[in-house]
Amino acid sequence: MATMRLSSLLGQRRNGQGRPLHWTDVAAYVYLAFGVVLMFGPVLWLVLSSFKTQSALLEFPPSLLPFAQVEVTVPDQPQKLPLFRVTLPDGTTRELAQIRRVGLMAQMVDPADPSQQFRVAIDKRGPVRRIALATENYSEPLQRFAFLRFLSNSVFVTVVATLITLLINSMASYGLAIYQFPGKQAATLAVIGTLMIPMTIILVPVYLVVTELGLTNSLWAVILPGAATPTGVFLLRQYMLTLPKDLIEAARMDKASEWQIYWRIVMPLTLPALAVLAIFSIMWRWNEFLWPLAVLTKTEVYTLQIALNAFQGELQTQWHYLLAMTVVTLIPVALVFVFLQRFITTGIGSTGMK
Amino acid sequence: MPDIPSAIRPERGIAIGAFSRLGQSAVLPVGVALRLLDPPMRWIQRMIGARQMAYVFLLPNFVFFGLFVFLPIGINIVFSVTGGTALFPSQRPYVGGDQFAYLFDCGSYLDPASCREDHFWRGVANTAKFIVFQVTAMVLISLVTALVLNMKIRGRGFFRAVYFFPVLLSPVVVALIWKWILQRDGLLNAAITTLGGQKILFFVDPSWAMFWAVFVSVWAHMGFYTLILLAGLQAIPADLYEAAEMDATPRWRVLIRITLPLLWPNMIVVIVLALIKGAQTFDEVFVLTGGGPGTATLMVVQYIYETAFSSQVQNFGLAAAASVVLGVVLFVLTLLQFAAARRKEV
Amino acid sequence: MAELKLAGARKSFGTIDVLHDIDLVVKDGEFVVFVGPSGCGKSTLLRVIAGLENVTSGEVHIDGERVTHLPASERGLAMVFQSYALYPHMSVRKNMAFALENMGLKPAAIEERVERAAAMLRLTDYLDRKPKALSGGQRQRVAIGRAIVRDPKIFLFDEPLSNLDAELRVATRKELAALHAKLGGTMIYVTHDQVEAMTLADRIVVLKSGRIEQIGTPLELYNHPSNTFVAGFIGSPRMNFLPAVVISDDGMLRLTVGEREVALPRAASGLAAGAAVTIGIRPEHIDVAPDTGMLTATVDLVERLGGETFIYASAPGLPQITLRQDGQSQFYRGDAVAIRFAAGHLHIFDATGASLARP
Repeated sequence: MATMRLSSLLGQRRNGQGRPLHWTDVAAYVYLAFGVVLMFGPVLWLVLSSFKTQSALLEFPPSLLPFAQVEVTVPDQPQKLPLFRVTLPDGTTRELAQIRRVGLMAQMVDPADPSQQFRVAIDKRGPVRRIALATENYSEPLQRFAFLRFLSNSVFVTVVATLITLLINSMASYGLAIYQFPGKQAATLAVIGTLMIPMTIILVPVYLVVTELGLTNSLWAVILPGAATPTGVFLLRQYMLTLPKDLIEAARMDKASEWQIYWRIVMPLTLPALAVLAIFSIMWRWNEFLWPLAVLTKTEVYTLQIALNAFQGELQTQWHYLLAMTVVTLIPVALVFVFLQRFITTGIGSTGMK
Repeated sequence: MPDIPSAIRPERGIAIGAFSRLGQSAVLPVGVALRLLDPPMRWIQRMIGARQMAYVFLLPNFVFFGLFVFLPIGINIVFSVTGGTALFPSQRPYVGGDQFAYLFDCGSYLDPASCREDHFWRGVANTAKFIVFQVTAMVLISLVTALVLNMKIRGRGFFRAVYFFPVLLSPVVVALIWKWILQRDGLLNAAITTLGGQKILFFVDPSWAMFWAVFVSVWAHMGFYTLILLAGLQAIPADLYEAAEMDATPRWRVLIRITLPLLWPNMIVVIVLALIKGAQTFDEVFVLTGGGPGTATLMVVQYIYETAFSSQVQNFGLAAAASVVLGVVLFVLTLLQFAAARRKEV
Repeated sequence: MAELKLAGARKSFGTIDVLHDIDLVVKDGEFVVFVGPSGCGKSTLLRVIAGLENVTSGEVHIDGERVTHLPASERGLAMVFQSYALYPHMSVRKNMAFALENMGLKPAAIEERVERAAAMLRLTDYLDRKPKALSGGQRQRVAIGRAIVRDPKIFLFDEPLSNLDAELRVATRKELAALHAKLGGTMIYVTHDQVEAMTLADRIVVLKSGRIEQIGTPLELYNHPSNTFVAGFIGSPRMNFLPAVVISDDGMLRLTVGEREVALPRAASGLAAGAAVTIGIRPEHIDVAPDTGMLTATVDLVERLGGETFIYASAPGLPQITLRQDGQSQFYRGDAVAIRFAAGHLHIFDATGASLARP
């Protein structure tokens, strides 16, 4: 019964009519379920781990959820004491707080009745734990490191670079899409050529140019070199070519200047493509690594990605901070993903760019 | 991109709506700025004529291209034929092909250890090994995933999103996520010990380190290639499948005789793209393994980066020479890509 | 309100000449229609006038002022595009106001002009809609409105009705005629539809392959086409063209038409015997005359439209002949009809297609 219901549910076609399940359908669902675990699992694990206390992170094997041992205040004891569930020699189990541990024995006290004390073998007790979110993993780096600084650096770079990219890319693609002029072919070829030169190839000379411009260790050194993207010019140009020529000519008849045609007619109509480019630019800039790594050497200009990389070297033993900062770094991307997933996937599907 | 009828896909409509509102509020100050530029632009137009305005529009973008692409290409070549430690080209003594000769000075090209610049050749060997495994795995897994996602299954949009999600993550985040799972007391070793095995030090064993470098890279990028292949699959006309069904063609035959041949152009694009990206591999592997253990996962780009920026002596000339070599390889691959793309159009 | 003058205007794209030496004067307040088959250069001619294309040689004058090299935005003309070219992201109001803003008018003046044009075109209720939310006819009116608010020197129309359905086209045609009567502006209108040309124009310019074939009022073109092209283009159904050979031309023109000999009373023009000519006769100028028929033809097809009937008939050695009859004719397929050409309406063209003086 149950399997039949399941199979009819799974086998239901988009067109409505049920059809018996082929074994490949079953295999497909198994594959996809596995994919969900493999793709989301690690991220979920990161998030869960980021809420664990430092001691819980050192546990092996690790617990799935962020547990923390319960601590209780016992009268007459100066500190909070950890709570354990203890099996007493008479076979009963009770929850006792541990005062101290001496070798293999622990001195325990009943928190409800502090006069009752016990000596318990440590293998007869297990910690009492509850789910507890170690939010200090998030709050402490804010104070201890210049985390907000890195965050604001990253936001600044992302926002300013994206605005510049949108402006100069759209201007260039407007020039290439709307006008006929001598050298148009050459300009288009130059854009294609630029497409073939990744940053990795010209790392050193770009570094020189940036140095000569006096930009080293400023955020502009990260923003400017990648601002003119050939991909963006192409994407926008393709889109602008689909705009009816009549619109441009109508605007000329309407006494619009060329600049007005650009920002009052063409830009608003290119909004969908501009949105795609904006999303990509935000992703590129937020995630950018190699170039900032090369050009930013002072801590105060680190972007989030560079800071994270630096920390993973320095904070090897402080995973609790590292994990929390990693989560913060991926939050904007996750938000973009949740709201614009369809938009991005169709964008990539139709343009084939990343 | 056509207008998306929001009535058909309400959830998309909402997302787009929210986005466009966001976009509009961001556009407003930009709009003001663009309006302020109108009087000077009008003046320029009056000076040079409407037809010449094209150049004005191209200018800013091409200034950037010139400063940060064309000029650096030239400098790179100058760097690669000069020596010394100075950064400014005119202060660098001309050494001709010495940098390249030094780079290519090997006892045997099959053995990186026999080379003067053994780290470069380690990087080449590692990158080659990485590409072979990564591209093979990437193409196969993306293909299978695209085929599965192209089936008429429920929740297709959700599953597509699931596979795509890691594409958006930064390389640093990706590497840290996996580093956390793969560390000595990490989730994976917990699973292994639970099943009765021994803990494995994944980043101490060179083979494991390379395996995970490939794995993590595939994990992070397969969604992108899956999307390209999926777009190709969806471009195959549905009536071909209907015709095959009328002919009672078995599913495997449909796959082999119809789907795969028609998908081949997209496959080539995916393979070449993956090759190009693979040759430039740096960030994930660098954060995940640091190139180690030893030089077991040192890639060419990491070699270039470290030679130029983080070694004791910043050897810009050698780094530039190495990047010229890498550039030539990428150029050839890119030509391949254009050829593939052209074939796709035919 | 302005006068337009084209002198020797030529336009070529690469090696292809699209316009050859066009000389034309459009008088102030005149409604001139450019008509011709697609590819005849009529749209290019309009764009040259608009300033959207530059002439290769020759001159364009508006109001006696030479504007040959003035860009479109400075000629002070308004154009209604075939696709309407409404700015999709702007409301109707914004669409109409755009040009006025560019001209630097004050907001109050813009508002006043837009409201007036909207009232004239019955668009007042739609001013805040986007073009997407309008019907085809409404979009068309917005496009016209956008031209009207400008108060331009000359209105240019590029096949403005071709995207409308038949009924709307007729309605809008009448509105355009009324508009011209009301505004009295100089209008230049491009169409491939000779009915539009006949109904709207003060004067028609017939173009073919970048050359002007004939300029004249609608009835001049109908009554006195200067060649077979104009004769065939103006009038619907098309004029019948029948090949003929001159037997003699001495006061009475005697011709062999098909297998029959036809004699036409006509002034001598001295056609040589044996010369090949084409006679042209419109379907409405052919009668069925059982007794005095010049030719006998067999009915191939009858189209009954109620108020009129079209008969397609063939005679040996001749192309199919179209006849138009008032009312409901009683002929059927296979019937033999004796037909007669109304001699006063017969056109005779020489071998090159040029019209010879009528009989």
